[in-house]
Amino acid sequence: MGRSAQAIVMNEKDNVATALKPFHAGTKVSVEVQGRIEKVTLMSDVPMGHKFALKDMEEGEAVIKYGESIGQSTARISRGDHVHVHNVVSQPRGGPQ
Amino acid sequence: MNFQGYRRPDGKTGTRNDVLVIPSVGCSQGVARDIAQGLKGVVYLPNILGCGQVGEDRMLVKKTLVGFGTHPNVFSVLIVGNGCEQLSPREIEEGIAPSGKRVEVIVTQDIGGSRKTVALGKRIVKEMREGAAKLNRESIPLNELILGTECGGSDYTSGLASNPAVGAACDMLVTEGGTVILSETPELIGAEHLLAKRARTPELANQVLDAVAWWEQKAMVAGENIRKANPAPGNIAGGITTLEEKSLGCIYKAGTSPLEEVIPYASHPTKKGLVYMDTPAHDIEQLTGMVAGGVQIVLFTTGRGTPLGSPIAPVIKITGNRNTYLKMKDNMDIDVSRILEGKEKVSSAGKRIFEEVISVASGKVTKAEKQAQRDFCIFKMNMNI
Repeated sequence: MGRSAQAIVMNEKDNVATALKPFHAGTKVSVEVQGRIEKVTLMSDVPMGHKFALKDMEEGEAVIKYGESIGQSTARISRGDHVHVHNVVSQPRGGPQ
Repeated sequence: MNFQGYRRPDGKTGTRNDVLVIPSVGCSQGVARDIAQGLKGVVYLPNILGCGQVGEDRMLVKKTLVGFGTHPNVFSVLIVGNGCEQLSPREIEEGIAPSGKRVEVIVTQDIGGSRKTVALGKRIVKEMREGAAKLNRESIPLNELILGTECGGSDYTSGLASNPAVGAACDMLVTEGGTVILSETPELIGAEHLLAKRARTPELANQVLDAVAWWEQKAMVAGENIRKANPAPGNIAGGITTLEEKSLGCIYKAGTSPLEEVIPYASHPTKKGLVYMDTPAHDIEQLTGMVAGGVQIVLFTTGRGTPLGSPIAPVIKITGNRNTYLKMKDNMDIDVSRILEGKEKVSSAGKRIFEEVISVASGKVTKAEKQAQRDFCIFKMNMNI
């Protein structure tokens, strides 16, 4: 992780990272993904504790944190986008009831 | 790998070696407290139940008190009864006897008042304590450890630092052949399908889903829709997007192992590896149920800070919140906040926690023990009558 890590990835399967401090759009954030440090350019402001995308996602894709689906994207999401309630919806019990 | 523990007559192993005074009914609590007072190595259970519980609740009270009496962290047991209670001290004695340890019963109405009972009780526990002092720790494989996991006073650091770090430690214990207990069913809601997916058999998966459905229904009757109330607005402002995410952050503290067994409140696991105990999320009722089920040591994560401790099992507090660690140093054991500064990996914090588990299991005193924090509360489903 090194002294410069600014975001955390909980599991190697994750497609989102969590910001460890607040960032403005355009910031290049370094994050360790599967053992390598990557630089992700943020497309929007991301508050501390909030998530941003590590990969481009289509609408309807599973958002993965802790190695598990935490919900489904409701719009296309680009690498570096803020990922939150505006573009993710809960999927109770893993799918529609 | 091994820890230094106490071997009991029934073959089980303890991390502590105390003499336990159990009031079989709330009326005997004061006498039990006075017997234990001032005697190092003697603890009592602040039990207020034993009269007025019927049906399943009566069974839960008895099962929990017997679970504490048979617990391998306990050397010998003195049961204090009043004399007219519904849950007789003899019933509890019979439950503890198969463990092979010394159990005595004294009854205040027979002896004639509190003062005489306290004097007799003190004589008995002092004698028991002499026996305890003669027993030495011995080297015991880690696969005999049953570790409880719990979280309370959570904040944004819990799901990002302390729970994942404790999860890493739990995975290490399971690799060593040990047992990890995950519990607090109401906190599972929203991620139950994900835990169910890790179950060894479809029957186990259904047991997880049934446990969640039971609590959801109970909460609904009480006027709370847990699924709709979470994540709370404060959670969302803090970055939690969905209920799945919130609940995953909680269950991640037990690691990523397959689920081997689902057990009811205060029951003993029969499998090793990750075991789920169906308990409330109420911190003290949950802790009491896990310890009654044989947990010899507990890892407790907190963000805001809590002093919680058990009368007979060491509880290790882990926080990812630096301010809490510094402000509540006499309650917090381990600081994992460097994870959130990007200066420590979850896996290395997990290793530190795992090493602390071995030290504490071998006798290192936790902050909750230093504070003599001895919380005890039995879960029951209905009112006292």
